[in-house]
Amino acid sequence: MTFFFLFISLFLCFLMLFSLYRAIFGPTVLDRFIGVNAIGSKTVILLLLIGFIYQRVDMFVDIALAYAFLNFIAVLAASRYFNKRKGLYEESTLE
Amino acid sequence: MNLIVVLFLIFGLLLFTGGAVGIIRMPDFYSRLHPAGKLDTIGILAMVIGLALFNLKHFGLAEVLLSCKMLLIVFFVFLASPTATHSIVDAGLRAGLRHWTKKDGR
Repeated sequence: MTFFFLFISLFLCFLMLFSLYRAIFGPTVLDRFIGVNAIGSKTVILLLLIGFIYQRVDMFVDIALAYAFLNFIAVLAASRYFNKRKGLYEESTLE
Repeated sequence: MNLIVVLFLIFGLLLFTGGAVGIIRMPDFYSRLHPAGKLDTIGILAMVIGLALFNLKHFGLAEVLLSCKMLLIVFFVFLASPTATHSIVDAGLRAGLRHWTKKDGR
């Protein structure tokens, strides 16, 4: 079962690369937020799986809960910061 | 018991794959929020239910408490993820970001 958890974790890390592409090459700033938010929601599951692999779930559950809080606060604060602000998008999408 | 856990994990992984592919392939910002906000939330639900069932294999008070903590993560994500998605859309609308139409092409 540990081998299966390891396989699932590696596949989640592979899926993070797709979101990382959107976070790096996103045309607007808000697209980068979407990529970072998707990476964070995968990281919560990855932390739980690491806890099962190392057999210390009681510690890693708290870390995963704190990471979920941190992800939410980061996205909320960043989107409030960019509220009604110029330079959020490139001119080509505005036409 | 292990079969149910494996099925839940595979189902969650399938939803995560759909979300990642949707974020790559959707044409504009507003439509990219649909796979990002929806599939990730239901993927977290399926995978955490599977892991909590696997944790309950040796039944005891500490394991029940630990599984309740895992379901607390799901409860918090169900509160937080729609709020974050709504906040990002609000920032995009107030900044005047135009949505995608069919004549724009891909």
